[in-house]
Amino acid sequence: MIIDLTQMQPGETGIISEIQGGHGLIRKLQSRGIRPGKRISKVSSHFWRGPQTVEIDNLQIAIGFGMARRILVEVQR
Amino acid sequence: MKIEKILLIGNPNVGKSAIFSRLTGAKVIISNYPGTTVEFTQGQMMLGEERVMIIDVPGTYTLEPTCKAEEVAVRMLKEGDLVINIIDATNLERNLYLTLQLLEKDIPVIVALNMWDDTKHRGIYIDAKKLEEYLGVPVVPTCGLTGEGIKELINRLPEAKAVKTPVSSDSQKWEKIGKIVEEVQKLTHRHHTLLERLEDLSIKPLTGLPIALGIIYCAFWVIRFMGENLIGHMFEPLFEKLWLPLMMKLSAFLVEGSFLHHILIGNLIDGKIDFGQSFGVLTTGLFVPIAMVLPYIFSFYLVLGLLEDFGYLPRLAVLVDNFMHHLGLHGYAIIPFILGLGCNVPGALATRILEEKREKFIAATLMAIAIPCMAQIAMIVGLVGQRGGKYVAIVFFTLFVLLVIKGLILNRVLKGASPEILVEIPPYRVPQALAVIKKLWMRLFSFLSEALPLVLLGVLFVSILYTLKIIDFLAYLFTPVLTGLWGLPKEAISALMVGFLRKDVAVGMLGPLNLSTKQLVVGSTILAVYFPCIATYIVLIRELGIKDTLKSTSIMIVVALMVGTLLNLIL
Repeated sequence: MIIDLTQMQPGETGIISEIQGGHGLIRKLQSRGIRPGKRISKVSSHFWRGPQTVEIDNLQIAIGFGMARRILVEVQR
Repeated sequence: MKIEKILLIGNPNVGKSAIFSRLTGAKVIISNYPGTTVEFTQGQMMLGEERVMIIDVPGTYTLEPTCKAEEVAVRMLKEGDLVINIIDATNLERNLYLTLQLLEKDIPVIVALNMWDDTKHRGIYIDAKKLEEYLGVPVVPTCGLTGEGIKELINRLPEAKAVKTPVSSDSQKWEKIGKIVEEVQKLTHRHHTLLERLEDLSIKPLTGLPIALGIIYCAFWVIRFMGENLIGHMFEPLFEKLWLPLMMKLSAFLVEGSFLHHILIGNLIDGKIDFGQSFGVLTTGLFVPIAMVLPYIFSFYLVLGLLEDFGYLPRLAVLVDNFMHHLGLHGYAIIPFILGLGCNVPGALATRILEEKREKFIAATLMAIAIPCMAQIAMIVGLVGQRGGKYVAIVFFTLFVLLVIKGLILNRVLKGASPEILVEIPPYRVPQALAVIKKLWMRLFSFLSEALPLVLLGVLFVSILYTLKIIDFLAYLFTPVLTGLWGLPKEAISALMVGFLRKDVAVGMLGPLNLSTKQLVVGSTILAVYFPCIATYIVLIRELGIKDTLKSTSIMIVVALMVGTLLNLIL
């Protein structure tokens, strides 16, 4: 099923299926290795719509909540 | 072709600066790129017989700029003769994107596969030879921290070439990268090291917040412990035993009451020199920066340097992100605040990492008002602390409340919303002693070379103002505010005047005024709030522009008037 990044559970892994956003956002995320087809795992999410920490290619990245909601991920549940 | 300018280009956090300092000699210049506030570093190195210039280009992810620093990187590319593309070997895929973009340009490229040592214990195996074949340019494994591979990199510089691959689209590039990575890189299972476990714990909110509080508490405890002991066991005895006798002789020679005596030695207290209260250039002027402030600056920057190199700060930024959003900022704005605790000047400079004008304005204004620098903190602890730790706590608590209230208000009043955080969290690394010491020395040196003259100037300034009776006039002029609103004696105007130059001296000037504890608390708080020191102010003008700086200034004055009055009423 496809969910957004904020809905993933800590420890869960999935494949990025789509980034919903403008050209600028897509490029910004892409250059940091976040793009469709990549394997992404959630490390943690912070309270009250806080930043979401993910791991992608051995590297951890923190993504703001609003931005994370635009990243759609295919997960096995 | 003759090589004159070599550019170091790479993503942020790939160890570019470490390679840069390995390549260049001691003479390094930091400058602003013309027309921007983006800083870059340049140095020189000998290539055979030739002297070539090396430029450490601001870190960039892409040649299609998404921010100011990246724009500068692209513009600099046109001015170079050769590119050393530094890539993080532990993160090949993402780094290769920039490499492929560089290969499309008409400029010779050589690739440094940096952080090579890290790949081993991360279970990453990269076939550098194969990568070289795929890219068509030399690839040299390096380790900036230990210097491994730097010689080979220099030796192979002449082999760098411009391959000028045909321009391809983003998705074609990613496809190509996917293929390359699959061919040249093998990942083996890696066991979780202790550091990696700690990484996970310190980023999860439930464990991360207590860890953050613990680290901050320990950091301040260590800073205070080292600062106090350095002062009590080293600097104070040095001044009392060695410098005082010398100064007493000079005092007798100059004769008390003479103009020179007044400037150099200051006033004698009960017939003796009191380093804290005499206020001569050679007595208080040297004692304040060296014996009261320097020890704290030293310990603060030592601890900060360790935390920086360990890789803790980005985690703190993520943990406080939520809170900072209420103040109109995102978590990364904690970096200027933390740097501001050392000195407001680098703090103001660090607002550059924030993308939007609104954020920069809020961060700079909040920092200038509510974050006292270490020099000021040292003096407040030294002076107010004599009346009891409780009062020191009142000063800092007031400043913190101010920070929050002002942030909340600015966030409401200013148009726009706070942008979202997107930040890489580097793995923890054990700090290298040499790198930490080097950075500490640079910071101490800049404190001594920039602050010391200003302190001396400040002390001189006061003596002259007193001699010319200007202080009396100003004191008369400002009595309604000083005495009426804040409950301070009118002589406190001299401290406020000096506060424009140096905050530490200004706090020190409250000492000889025989203030009550309440007056001391009010005075120290106002000195922290009413205006940043001149050095910070100049940076603010440069970073924010005159209009925003004036806006910020009026906020400071209003806040100072209100807080002083409130504290005077409440306490």
